[in-house]
Amino acid sequence: MYKWNFDVLWQYWDLFLYGLWLTVVYTAGSIAFGVVIGLITCGARLSGWKSLSVIARVYQEIFRCTPLLVQLLWFYYAFPLLVGGSIDNRVAAMLTLSLYVGAFYAEIFRGGILSIDRGQREAAAAIGMSPMQAMTRIVMPQALKRMLPSFINQSVIQFKNTSLVSVISVADLAYMAAVVNGQTYRPLESYTVMALLYIAVLFPLTQIADLIERRLRVSD
Amino acid sequence: MMIEQEPEGTAMRAEALLEARGIRKSFGALEVLKGIDLTLARGEVVALIGPSGSGKSTLIRCLNMMEIPTAGTIHFHGKSIGRKFRDADDSTGIGTLRRHVGMVFQHFNLFPHKTVLENVTEGPIVVCGTPRAEAEAHALDLLSQVGLSQKRDAYPNHLSGGQKQRVAIARAMAMRPEVLLLDEGTSALDPELVGEVLAVIRRLVDDGMTMAIVTHEMAFAADVADRVLFLDEGAIVAQGAPDEIIRSPSNERLKAFVSRFNH
Repeated sequence: MYKWNFDVLWQYWDLFLYGLWLTVVYTAGSIAFGVVIGLITCGARLSGWKSLSVIARVYQEIFRCTPLLVQLLWFYYAFPLLVGGSIDNRVAAMLTLSLYVGAFYAEIFRGGILSIDRGQREAAAAIGMSPMQAMTRIVMPQALKRMLPSFINQSVIQFKNTSLVSVISVADLAYMAAVVNGQTYRPLESYTVMALLYIAVLFPLTQIADLIERRLRVSD
Repeated sequence: MMIEQEPEGTAMRAEALLEARGIRKSFGALEVLKGIDLTLARGEVVALIGPSGSGKSTLIRCLNMMEIPTAGTIHFHGKSIGRKFRDADDSTGIGTLRRHVGMVFQHFNLFPHKTVLENVTEGPIVVCGTPRAEAEAHALDLLSQVGLSQKRDAYPNHLSGGQKQRVAIARAMAMRPEVLLLDEGTSALDPELVGEVLAVIRRLVDDGMTMAIVTHEMAFAADVADRVLFLDEGAIVAQGAPDEIIRSPSNERLKAFVSRFNH
């Protein structure tokens, strides 16, 4: 029977905490950049400019159809050879995570906007609104409500996906758990604590997301 | 082809308020409008009738540039409207045209995320920059005219079709338009709800509103229109006073069309 011993991990609490902090930072940062990238990509797809739309589409498909792990390895080890020089692993991690989630966000935004009946845009136009006013005042508020559940879902996945940056030595929670394991030879305890910390952050968040979703449904 | 009969108030025909000249519209290879000329004088009510697919909806949607004509021009107050939303000279942009030419849709297209009152004040506040208090006072006045002031805080999803369309008419009127375009305003309604919307439209006619109406309500068109245009396959086949066009049609195609409604 395995004898659990969490006591030996206690001295490494600061490593876990720092790792968790970095995980939060990479998640929040890549979500923020991802939203911007997603909006631009979505705008390009809906712009009506063929070439712009094709470029956006190619970007999306590349990032949606390759594993995030492969993207991280490529940006850290391969991309520097292409441009000469090297790339900081933290920059590579943030860049890849943002581009990855941006490709998915763009699709969520696009789906939300396209789901709004075109009569809404016409009604806005008919009272003299510019296309921009129609978008921000009529289409977007309705679209946002529809895309929110998918957006939150993708963001929760993103939080978990950040664990992959440990393979390019970014000291996130997963990386720190491996470090602690290396020091203590206690994989069961180290990795269990890591898992519990992910749950500790995500469980409350998913509950809040469910609550928001239920609220939105009531107001329909 | 019939001889166009001058509607009542001939003196006012001097002022062509909204005019379509040689309008053609194609969707891909399909030519839906084949060169239409139409003049709306101030205070005039024109009804557009015709079988489905005849192009009457496309024509009325060209009048406020909701559809951009493939060829031909729309003139408002004699000025040709350009293709840009805002022109350097602000009197010829599409946005300017739409501010003065209201439209009511078959499927209402109310804004579901806004209350009835907000639907009506949205245009004046956002497009015209009217102060909120003033816009609300005007909106409440319009809502009471269409009999819906008690619904001011309701959301569109909680209204019947007839109520929705009456709100949509109030929303269009809130812009104080010079012309109102009604695109099959009663076609999506249950039969028992048609009357309440027609009553509101009739009130606008009585108030002297300039209107173009696409409708299948032949009796109503005959009643309120100064002039009736019969469209078929993208062209105006006949036009004239309601008496000639609807009550005693001579054109064969027109006769066949109208007889289907006169039971």
